[in-house]
Amino acid sequence: MSRIGVVFDKARTDGRAVLVGCMPAGFPTVEGSIAAMKAMVSAGVDVIELEIPYSDPVMDGPVIQRASDIALAGGVRTRDALRIVEEVAATGAPVVTMTYWNPIEQYGVDAFARDLAAAGGTGLVTPDLIPDEADEWLAASDAYELDRTFLVAPSSTDDRLAMTVAHCRGFVYATALMGVTGARREVSQSAPVLVSRVRAVTDLPVGVGLGVGTGAQAAAVAGYADGVIVGSALIRCLLDAPDQAAGLSALRAVSAELAEGVRNPTR
Amino acid sequence: MSADALAAPARFPDAAGHFGRFGGRFVPEALVAALDELAAAHRAAMADEQFQAEFAALLRDYAGTPSLLYEARRFSARAGARVLLKREDLNHTGAHKVRNVLGQALLTRRMGKKRVIAETGAGQHGVATATAAALFDLGCVVYMGQVDTERQALNVARMRMLGATVVPVTNGSRTLKDAMNEAMRDWVANVDDTHYLIGTAAGPHPFPALVRDFVRGIGDEARAQCLELTGALPDAVTACVGGGSNALGIFHAFTDDPQVRLYGFEAGGDGVATGRHAASITGGSAGVLHGTRTYVLQDADGQTQESHSISAGLDYPGVGPEHAWLHDTGRASYRPVTDAEAMAAFELLCRTEGIIPAIESAHALAGTLAVAGELAAELGRQPTIVVNLSGRGDKDVHTAGEYFGILDKE
Repeated sequence: MSRIGVVFDKARTDGRAVLVGCMPAGFPTVEGSIAAMKAMVSAGVDVIELEIPYSDPVMDGPVIQRASDIALAGGVRTRDALRIVEEVAATGAPVVTMTYWNPIEQYGVDAFARDLAAAGGTGLVTPDLIPDEADEWLAASDAYELDRTFLVAPSSTDDRLAMTVAHCRGFVYATALMGVTGARREVSQSAPVLVSRVRAVTDLPVGVGLGVGTGAQAAAVAGYADGVIVGSALIRCLLDAPDQAAGLSALRAVSAELAEGVRNPTR
Repeated sequence: MSADALAAPARFPDAAGHFGRFGGRFVPEALVAALDELAAAHRAAMADEQFQAEFAALLRDYAGTPSLLYEARRFSARAGARVLLKREDLNHTGAHKVRNVLGQALLTRRMGKKRVIAETGAGQHGVATATAAALFDLGCVVYMGQVDTERQALNVARMRMLGATVVPVTNGSRTLKDAMNEAMRDWVANVDDTHYLIGTAAGPHPFPALVRDFVRGIGDEARAQCLELTGALPDAVTACVGGGSNALGIFHAFTDDPQVRLYGFEAGGDGVATGRHAASITGGSAGVLHGTRTYVLQDADGQTQESHSISAGLDYPGVGPEHAWLHDTGRASYRPVTDAEAMAAFELLCRTEGIIPAIESAHALAGTLAVAGELAAELGRQPTIVVNLSGRGDKDVHTAGEYFGILDKE
């Protein structure tokens, strides 16, 4: 079982969900993003999803776009992201990376898998790579024993959902609603339905993303999913803060609230 | 266009939308169902005589096609070639793009969707989409980079007159590529009732094939017109290439005629060596952008680089995947044309023929001037060249006026 699988297993035994917190590499700076992720882990985030910034992130809403732009303007490179993986993985929390396909393809698919595994990363979430186009990644992730998380959506047909899930390892990412990332007042009603459709075809843990921003929302999602994936609500803490100390303090507070939420699932 | 020509099956791409190593689908899973629905609707429409008849009637009665093939004698004398202009500039809305939007609007209706969204750079595709939306009574939202809404205010007004909502995009570089990202985001969120009416033969499968099928009438017409006018096929066919729909539109009918050379002219901006250009094939490398694998202007990490061209319609850091493939197979040749070369050809056509071309099309004219001599030397006679005059220059009067310094100072 992968290291992420162990974390999900333990949470299941404890009757709670796993909290997955996302942060773009190099936002606001390389060192700043390392500090942010360490703060998230210390405040109760179980798994770090490190987004490698990309110039054209079509699945991301305005908050992650802004953070990615800031990171890219600061000159962050893919190799910096791999160094961040190494530093954050040293905390003991699993670090899974997420990025759009072109940065991986330009780095070299096999080279990326090799270097990610060497840095201690557990796998990769691919928002714009579907299994239909993933032959090279399937081979590389097998060779370096990395998890691979493809997305499923409410619009996925049963056939596609089964096919996509069959290619996943580690966990499955359920996009809770049709739309881009970003905290919303209400988490979509389609999420529980999608999660149960995934459960019908796999024993892999299911994480739900897109729209979670508060402890109450985290608790609600924890009621039916194995993982609660949060990005924009955490990133906003840093975007809105007047300085780094204030940003980290807000980040710790929101992380703790979400961590409390996943420990008290609403059933 | 005859119904037969429209129904003729295209051999490429394969079922998953691959043109050799290019094309395919690099999209969020949330869009796959809609792309599958679109691909099925496209296949069914191509085989449906009623759809074809309706499309052919719209092209004839509304868009004003077939467009003329005009022998440009004074321009020919300067080029050293017999130059035949495919007058897509005379179509309704002023460019070849009307063919694509009418086809896709018909498909939108066929799929039972009520709303279209589009991206636009200079505003030409936005205006064409707003036009079709008005004609078909569809809701219409056009995404346009904020930089472009400011420099193309007239086209913003046109779209609004036609009833469209224009959304200025303030992300990233605030130009065409960011407008495409924003249109994709809208589509992911509203895919049930919305069709993304993409403006060029790029994007995820089935868009490259679908757009090509709707614009291929340009080449079908030109081939027949050239045979009728000259009794032979041309020695070469030339077009400008941004995303590449006008070029594919005119190339396609000639791909099985090996004696006809195909030339695509990319926007060389200040020159490919300066890095300030939009020549994705000659100055870029293979990568993934906007849902497809193709040639992309990018840095070593795969981050998209900003493109530069005097022509807003060619100012895009990618290119349709079929062009990438035609380049790899050698069936078509791609070369850069600089801003200065394009503007010299622009002026030459104005002065010799009384035709003001779009600056995009001026790239095809400049490239034609450049290859005419080579062709004559190779063939040992004057070559015949069909040029796709893809659009008219009304929209470019301000840009060209500034370039030539002929605007009165206020």
